[in-house]
Amino acid sequence: MTCTLNLHQVHSDYQGQQVLKGLDLTLAQGEILALLGPSGCGKTTLLRAVAGLQAISQGEIQINGKTVSGAGQFVPSEQRGIGMIFQDYALFPHLTVAENILFGVAKLTAAQRKARLDDMLALVKLEGLAKRYPHELSGGQQQRVSIARALAYEPQLLLLDEPFSNIDAQVRHSMMAEIRSILKQRNVSAVFVTHSKDEAFVFADTLAIFNQGVIVQHGRAEDLYSAPNSRYVADFLGSGNYLPAEVLDGHSVATPIGELRSLTPLSQSHAFNGQVFLRPQQLALSADDTGVGTITERRFLGAFCHYWVKVEAASHAHYVEVRSQIMQLNVGQRVGLSTEPHSLVLFES
Amino acid sequence: MILGLARSWSLTGYAIAVLLVLPLFALLLQAAQPDEAVFGHLLSTVLPTYIANSLWLILWVSIGSLLLALPCAWLMARCEFIGRRYLQWALLLPLAMPAYIVAYVYTDLFDYAGPVQRSLRALFGWSSPQDYFFPDIRTLGGAACVLSLVLFPYIYLLARTAFMEQSLSLAHASRIMGCSPWQSFWRLSLPMARPALAVGVALVAMETAADFATVNYFAVPTLTTAVYDTWLGYGNLTAAAKLSAIILLVVFSLIGMERFARRKQQLFQKQSRIQASDLYRLSPVQTLLALGYCITLLVLAFVLPSGILLSYAIDYFEQSWDPIFWQLSVNSLSLALITSLVCCAVALILMFIRRVSPRSSDALPSRLASTGYALPGTVLAIGVLVPLTLLDFAINDIADWLRMTGPGLLLTGSTAALVFAFCVRFVAIAIGSVETSYKRISPSLDMVSLTLGQSPRRLLQRVHLPLLTKGLFAGALLVFIESMKELPAALLLRPIGFENLATHVFQFVSDEKLEHGALPAIVIVLVGLVPLIYLNRSLEQDSR
Amino acid sequence: MKWVTCAALLGLMSVAQSAHADEKLTVYSYRQAFLVEPILKRFTEETGIGVNVVFAKDGIAERIAREGRLSPADLVLTSDFSRLVELVDKDLTSAVKSEKLNSNIPAQYRDPEGQWYALTMRVRNIYTAKDRLGPQAIRYEELADPKYKGKICTRSGKHPYNIALVASMIAHHGEADTKTWLQGVKTNLARKPQGNDRGQVQAVKEGLCDIAIGNSYYYGNMLQDPEQKSWAEAVVINFPNQTDRGAHVNVSGMVLTRHAPNKDNAIKLMEFLSGDVAQKAYAEVNMEYPVKTDVAPSTLVASWGEFKSDQLPIFKLAEYHQAAVKLLDEVQFDL
Repeated sequence: MTCTLNLHQVHSDYQGQQVLKGLDLTLAQGEILALLGPSGCGKTTLLRAVAGLQAISQGEIQINGKTVSGAGQFVPSEQRGIGMIFQDYALFPHLTVAENILFGVAKLTAAQRKARLDDMLALVKLEGLAKRYPHELSGGQQQRVSIARALAYEPQLLLLDEPFSNIDAQVRHSMMAEIRSILKQRNVSAVFVTHSKDEAFVFADTLAIFNQGVIVQHGRAEDLYSAPNSRYVADFLGSGNYLPAEVLDGHSVATPIGELRSLTPLSQSHAFNGQVFLRPQQLALSADDTGVGTITERRFLGAFCHYWVKVEAASHAHYVEVRSQIMQLNVGQRVGLSTEPHSLVLFES
Repeated sequence: MILGLARSWSLTGYAIAVLLVLPLFALLLQAAQPDEAVFGHLLSTVLPTYIANSLWLILWVSIGSLLLALPCAWLMARCEFIGRRYLQWALLLPLAMPAYIVAYVYTDLFDYAGPVQRSLRALFGWSSPQDYFFPDIRTLGGAACVLSLVLFPYIYLLARTAFMEQSLSLAHASRIMGCSPWQSFWRLSLPMARPALAVGVALVAMETAADFATVNYFAVPTLTTAVYDTWLGYGNLTAAAKLSAIILLVVFSLIGMERFARRKQQLFQKQSRIQASDLYRLSPVQTLLALGYCITLLVLAFVLPSGILLSYAIDYFEQSWDPIFWQLSVNSLSLALITSLVCCAVALILMFIRRVSPRSSDALPSRLASTGYALPGTVLAIGVLVPLTLLDFAINDIADWLRMTGPGLLLTGSTAALVFAFCVRFVAIAIGSVETSYKRISPSLDMVSLTLGQSPRRLLQRVHLPLLTKGLFAGALLVFIESMKELPAALLLRPIGFENLATHVFQFVSDEKLEHGALPAIVIVLVGLVPLIYLNRSLEQDSR
Repeated sequence: MKWVTCAALLGLMSVAQSAHADEKLTVYSYRQAFLVEPILKRFTEETGIGVNVVFAKDGIAERIAREGRLSPADLVLTSDFSRLVELVDKDLTSAVKSEKLNSNIPAQYRDPEGQWYALTMRVRNIYTAKDRLGPQAIRYEELADPKYKGKICTRSGKHPYNIALVASMIAHHGEADTKTWLQGVKTNLARKPQGNDRGQVQAVKEGLCDIAIGNSYYYGNMLQDPEQKSWAEAVVINFPNQTDRGAHVNVSGMVLTRHAPNKDNAIKLMEFLSGDVAQKAYAEVNMEYPVKTDVAPSTLVASWGEFKSDQLPIFKLAEYHQAAVKLLDEVQFDL
């Protein structure tokens, strides 16, 4: 499999501060990668570095095997063959939809240009709007124009900088799905920057979790969710409970809620003392007057309930968040806790 | 930001900037030369008076225009009464009046031979100047009055905005705590508006320091007239340059004050705007007083002078409506047109470099280029002539060396020197205008354009230029008008025998027969009204 | 950037064309163009040599000095003597040897070396209010007399006409006495020095003052101007110091510039200006006294009567020019 994008130990400074600190990343042809991280973590800087809009101080960036930044080389943005989609759509307000879409298209005959335009308008479902100006379009339509404009240029790589954050929540998901299918249809490689894990899950094939200038974990969304390599990744992808745990053997640990078994062998050795990470839906409740926990808070959320359960242990109490289909448990009631069968995740304390 | 921006862009920027600050350096260099004791002679005789006159004039005009402007600004920003809508822009009209025209008109009115004193004499049976006292208008005080009348709108404009931006809840709070409206004005509104007022006063003071024509006409010797006299009268350029350096000292301290005030101003600025319902409704008596004040001011500063000018023009229409008038207009218009085009081109290039360059030092050229605005016309003229003369000689030397006929005085003997000087002085306006427009263009447009394979030059052509059209046009318009009005630089730098509307009108003013030059004077005033219409539009948008 | 360069070059070329005027004479004139243009027109008609005259109120010497060898000016016409001398002093003139000039212009009205030539003479008169003072046998010295307190009007003391008058006072009385005199005149002023010579006569007419200092030809010019006739009619023209040294006279004149591009033609023009036609025109058009002895002043000017003029050699005025300026500054005459 060829790699569209290859980052090797990329460092970058912005206004005297190190924003990227030794970044490694690869992107396969046709892959959509989400760069996920909190605001200000350097995601956008990385995107701009790839586009040639931001200098790197160390390391190397390759696009389709060609070094574009680093090792004493610098290919200007306009020669990198990159498409970029912005949060504010960045449509040229003085140009019509058609002119915007064809902005980067050069060296084509009039007929070819027309064909390209029609193709793009059909792709983004904006037929008939070619003569409009950007301010006459809705936000979603504008974003589609910007996608069409980027794709009309036939980029080797598409970079998307928080492209959906200005779009109404109601249409955001359908929009994402739609654009994802467009990209897949054209087999476009793309890097997508977002701070929302939900967007990343829907839109991307792989996720790279970003924190303070480095990529903490990179892989398929499911893998990252179920097997985070750090508490940071675990927390970023959703809330969860940490309970003290001691490894008993290759498959089981002792915790305040009892002995838990893992579906897969544990990597930690016998007598390892750490914490087990349990997502709320991986726990199950049962009404049990002799159970280990007491319900302290209940929150009804429609299809399920969230309960906070107090578990008394030897030294002190732990609070555990549980998502349960069982609705009828009340505050103060004693309950038993068990886990759904899954591979356990253990962290150092 | 364009990372790989070619060095040639930066070099172009620096080259332009160096060219535009050349006059300043030439002037300082010239001032550092020995000058055969002329400066010493001036210093021991008249210079202290000149300096004192300049400083007193600046002080009085500042105080005068502040006092004139404050009530108007407050009334327009905080009160509602009949006619306010019209008055709020009408009060800007005096800006279109060149001060020396107002000076002439009032001298005509209030002079010994003028209608006012004549009717007083007829009324009381006085027969000679010894019989009664009448203030002489051709004095420092008279000049201060005239300049205040013409310059107060600067302060009015800034103060009005400052008052409008002040949070009304603060005023309510102070009144709940027992302050009368009057007290809350003194204790709250005025202190909060102080930075804006300081900016306005600094502007007024700078205009006063640069004024040549009014004080020349009133025969009040100040530093600006001294520069002119020393240069042309004594024929001593170095002493004139030394005097100019003193003016620059004054001007740059005023700029320092303005910068300082602007920094503070941001502290007080608020986003919320006063709503129409928050305005004080004035009682009939109050309305009458307010209207009386504003209208009187407007009549004195604009209606009366332009009315008199108009009557001159009608009376002497036959003499004024001649081919010379057309020639003058063409001269003025073409000069202004070329200047505004050059200024816009320069502003566009410098601001483009500043925007896209990855090198922070590339912001410098546009800043440097803007300093020219601080140079009063008289001072600028010296700074322009010195290097251009050298250049002229260099060109002819090269031509001689190549055994060609030299072109003669290519730069100083033509309008080139004039265009250059105007550009130095007014490019800051175009730069400011382009800068404002640039702020409205999202940086992502640049990035998109680049990633879509467009070179920096294509980015400028295809994206920035079309989007900056409005800003460029506004800038060009302002430069155009300033170039039409600029007098001292035109007087000193014009090719010998060249006249434009401003120099022509001034010639008539100093020959005491503006009547004959009223038509060109009206053209200058009318052209000066155009930016006010623009300004008015933005004011209207403000109040909505 | 290419088109910018092209445009700049094109612009420069067009400018260069206009700067590189065709082969005609260029005259820088301190005298108003309308005054000299009719005379120069006659010259062109007679000789076929075109003349381009440009007027400047001040700064011509400074400009020619700066323009140096590139100056397009061939000839400078001045309206008073100090400016002739200024040009000579700054080494901006060429000596002219011309029989014709020497025979037309008497020796006291030209430089022995031929650096400058006077063209016309004018008297610095003292005008008095016809109805309030009447004709006066007044002397310049009396202008400082306290009896005229608040009655005198004049233009700026630093105007060349007044500087020359002050210089002549220094020549006759010395610096110290002249300073006292100037202080006296200053106290007697009805208003701060301002305007031009006509303005002073106007002020007398309006009753602002009773005495105005002004050149002779203004009187004639005003009498011929329908608007200003009434001003002139309100005053009497007096020739000062007729009882002693005579009235102070000044001259207008011309110099050939040092780098004159068309020297030969320029000398032709100089000769023309000293000749009968031009001299008569000066006398008739501008009411001045021609320097050419056999050309009579206009009948109007002649009607003012014969007068005695100060016999002080005119170059003495130049000698005391700087001293006069200094005194005027010292007593702050204009302030």
